Amino acid sequence: MSENVLHLENVTMQFGGVVAVNDVSMDVNEGEIVALIGPNGAGKTTVFNVITGVYAPTNGRVSLRGRVIAEDHPRGKMRKMYAAGHLGEYPRSVNNTPDRITRLNMARTFQNIRLFKSMTVFDNVLVAKHMHLKANFFSTALHLNAREERRMREETMELLRIVGLENECDEIATSLPYGQQRRLEIARALSTNPSMLLLDEPAAGMNPQETEDLSAFIREIKDRFGLTVLLIEHDMNLVMDISDRIYVLNFGALIAEGTPAEIQSNPDVITAYLGVAEE
Amino acid sequence: MTNGKPAVRVKKLDRATLLTIIVIALVYVLAFVLEQVMPSTSMLFTVLKKGATYALVAVSMNLLNGFTGLFSLGQAGFMLIGAYTYAIFTIPVAQRLSVYQYYDGGLIQFSLPVLVAVALAGVFAALFAFLIGLPVLRLKSDYLAIATLGFAEIIRAIFQWDKIGLLTNGSNLLRLFPTFNDFNIRNAQGEVVLHLSTLVPFLITGVCVAFIVLLINSSFGRAFKAIRDDETAAEAMGINLARHKMLAFCTSSFFAGVGGAMLAMYANSVQAKSFTTAMTYEILLMVVIGGIGSITGSVMSSFLFVACSEWWLRFLDQEQVWNGWKVPLLRNGFRLVVFSVIIMAVVLFFRKGIMGTQELPDLFRKRRKLNGKEGGRS
Repeated sequence: MSENVLHLENVTMQFGGVVAVNDVSMDVNEGEIVALIGPNGAGKTTVFNVITGVYAPTNGRVSLRGRVIAEDHPRGKMRKMYAAGHLGEYPRSVNNTPDRITRLNMARTFQNIRLFKSMTVFDNVLVAKHMHLKANFFSTALHLNAREERRMREETMELLRIVGLENECDEIATSLPYGQQRRLEIARALSTNPSMLLLDEPAAGMNPQETEDLSAFIREIKDRFGLTVLLIEHDMNLVMDISDRIYVLNFGALIAEGTPAEIQSNPDVITAYLGVAEE
Repeated sequence: MTNGKPAVRVKKLDRATLLTIIVIALVYVLAFVLEQVMPSTSMLFTVLKKGATYALVAVSMNLLNGFTGLFSLGQAGFMLIGAYTYAIFTIPVAQRLSVYQYYDGGLIQFSLPVLVAVALAGVFAALFAFLIGLPVLRLKSDYLAIATLGFAEIIRAIFQWDKIGLLTNGSNLLRLFPTFNDFNIRNAQGEVVLHLSTLVPFLITGVCVAFIVLLINSSFGRAFKAIRDDETAAEAMGINLARHKMLAFCTSSFFAGVGGAMLAMYANSVQAKSFTTAMTYEILLMVVIGGIGSITGSVMSSFLFVACSEWWLRFLDQEQVWNGWKVPLLRNGFRLVVFSVIIMAVVLFFRKGIMGTQELPDLFRKRRKLNGKEGGRS
């Protein structure tokens, strides 16, 4: 089997008395496209936010290529309120801010597009190169790092060409059509040179044609950049089309895992999505 | 639309930028020439000197509020630190006994060259900003504004404290330090042979603003704008929020400190109680009138603002009689009424300010200007 990239172990996220994510363990392996699906409010985005460091997990551990990026256990008031299992198994407390996790080569996009509104398409992608900047504050401010700046601009232009936005590079980002904004957001994430990409509902609000283009696009960038992809999605056509494996979340807990074919025929999943027929 | 675009987009010195540089150079030449030919008592020079001072502070505030999206109201506090630092380190040793008359000549018994002291004024302001920024920059929007406002008030109170009078001269004036007029070159008889008292503040402001412009157009400037546009997304793009906010805060405060030193030179004396919250509001107004996110706008509105409040609207404060008809309403204080009405009108009807988010070179690029308007912020 290929190497493990992302590993979640008994991750629980509890807000007050609400258990948003309950004891979730999952694995994403090198080169896979894995989908995380589930009905609205199942806790998918919360899982993403735990992985990317927006939230510290209440209990559990997240590791990226064998390196623990988040680990915690209930503390303070939460110790009494804690409602899930595996207590005491994670004594350490490891926290990383989202920017540090991005610097560990894991980039993400957002469910509701979050582009830099006042900036051009070009600058949106260029700014993601900032984290790789080697020159210090003063030499950057005085433009003494011309070679580095030039390289950043070249790489940005190259990336825009790959994603097919080179003709729009001077437009203000938010003036693009919706589908292209999605594409731009993915390009911006790619600009940080990730090896793992997290996509939060990339097809939300797209029409069937755009969705089809998107799935081809995701496959293309995955091959070209050697990515491992974890995505949240509601659009089942897209999910079934591109995923190697699927995890299904319902009320914060995993209820199924498997290939698209297995998931489609899983009775628990069908119940979760469609409800139980009354007698 | 995008025909003929070079494959690699590296910023070059295009026509518009060149024109901008020429225009700015002409302004400097004009300031220099006017100063030689006009009487130095003219109101024009007061406005130019004070305008240059406020322009720097307004631009520094714009760097923070307009480009990084940190709504800070501590500008007067950092100016105070800058002004005091400058004054304390430049009063000639021989004069210290008369300035610090209640404190036996004060603690410091040396004085530094003017430009060193100006730089030091910025450094001290930035140092304070760093210390204050550690707790305060975790706050967002209004909370940050209130915290920084509170800081400025506290600083003002502390600097008037009797116990540190050896350094700050308590609540008494600091004076007799070199002012703008000391930049004039005099001959042996004490006559001015070359007037530089306007050109030097222009140069200081010019250098500082140029640095800020370069900064904003660098990778760090882009990161600042990214934080302004969307903090969460900026963080997800690997931008360390705490570090970059601190950088912007300290840089802005550095230049506010330099501005404070210039204000001391302009006013010939320093007293903590003059660095009020109202001063911060005035600067905020300049930024808003000029256009939040436009350096050019901040500079232009600073000069306009100072000219209006010090010069052009002065006549409103004096009773005037035309052909035996006494013009109604004109009396002491009426200037401020008119001024407030103008400001309200600007804020209500020209919310983007004079320049919006455009800069001087954009005015020379007609086509890009249109693009910007269509796709700009809504």
